[in-house]
Amino acid sequence: MDHDHQELPSDPALRVMALESLLVEKGLVDPAALDALIDTYEHKVGPRNGARVVARAWVDPEYKKRLLTNATAAIAELGYSGRSGDHMVVVENTRERHNLVVCTLCSCYPWAVLGLPPVWYKSAPYRSRAVIDPRSVLREFGLEIGEDVEIRIWDSTSEVRYLVLPERPAGTEHLTEEQLAELVTRDAMIGTGKVTLGGTPT
Amino acid sequence: MNGVYDMGGMHGMGPIAPEPNEPVFHARWEARTLALNLAAGACGKWSIDAGRHSRERIPPAEYLRMSYYEKWLTGLVMLLEETGLVSRAELESGHPAPGAAVAIPSLTVDQVAPTLPRGRSFERPLNRPPRFAVGQQVRARKINPTGHTRLPRYARGSVGVVDRLHGGHVFPDSNAHFQGENPQHLYSVRFSARELWGEAAAARDAVYLDLWESYLEPA
Repeated sequence: MDHDHQELPSDPALRVMALESLLVEKGLVDPAALDALIDTYEHKVGPRNGARVVARAWVDPEYKKRLLTNATAAIAELGYSGRSGDHMVVVENTRERHNLVVCTLCSCYPWAVLGLPPVWYKSAPYRSRAVIDPRSVLREFGLEIGEDVEIRIWDSTSEVRYLVLPERPAGTEHLTEEQLAELVTRDAMIGTGKVTLGGTPT
Repeated sequence: MNGVYDMGGMHGMGPIAPEPNEPVFHARWEARTLALNLAAGACGKWSIDAGRHSRERIPPAEYLRMSYYEKWLTGLVMLLEETGLVSRAELESGHPAPGAAVAIPSLTVDQVAPTLPRGRSFERPLNRPPRFAVGQQVRARKINPTGHTRLPRYARGSVGVVDRLHGGHVFPDSNAHFQGENPQHLYSVRFSARELWGEAAAARDAVYLDLWESYLEPA
């Protein structure tokens, strides 16, 4: 395709503005719908959804069982469903096993429970390295995983989306489900982090 | 296609560099680009697979240079023009062609909240049994299609074990090219890291890929 001649301005901010005004003039998009979509992903759908799923699994063994056998339905029990969460699989971290989620081909990510992916998840370094050298990747996130631990890397090549169920940290027996959810970080649910008592949610 | 987007296992891409307290969007145009993709996609003129393939067709050097949302913007413009929703003349002038009919948006503001949680299923009923069973050894076929595929190069020719059956799923390789959903059985296949990367890989590690039946052969 020839993209050389002038069509839209080269600055993406100007290009998208010109494209939006064209599509609105043609009646193809409703600008208020754009606002609502942006509001959804900025304020409503995000990693707090996934954190509530994780916390519920930590406190409710029956829920955890359902989550690990039919994740889509178990996640829907908490009210989370929809785009990029239609076919969910949850994988559990243990002392012997660490799970890590990637999409080497593009940027597939479980939007319904984690929101939109961070830039690094969509970047060439993460996409290229996670499958071939997971330990060096995890080291850059401050995680040292020994060779005695099995690392399972989930390359999201289909519409199935993966969520990591992190290990519940020791010393949290007294915490409520809500307090536990506060500890769960986005990175822990991708597999590039662990949940710690001092963890600040990302 | 053997494009640069298929980057699993490549070297030299640099450090990951996560950004602390990263915002959902770094600029308003990024947010508008995402929303335009979702709203224009609701017109039903292309599938999620065709959307992915538009970004894969960005020339390799451009693909690597562009930010994520620049790719989404470029892919969207390609699809709008290719499906005839917008003409090149309209893209150049920034205005509808004189006398062009005004459409009614497929996604209106009141539909956003009810439609998003409904999502879309990509599972399709199949009246044929799966060819492979859990525990069975399979080889990812050596194929090099020039169109869209979800079989990454790094797994082609390698032997793995079927770990899980996902049921019948829309086949991206045909759907991306507007050639129908042609659903196939989808499998989660476990490949040992050593099978994929050689003896230097950790002995216990494994990579799991979701692979469609026609990507696989008995091994």
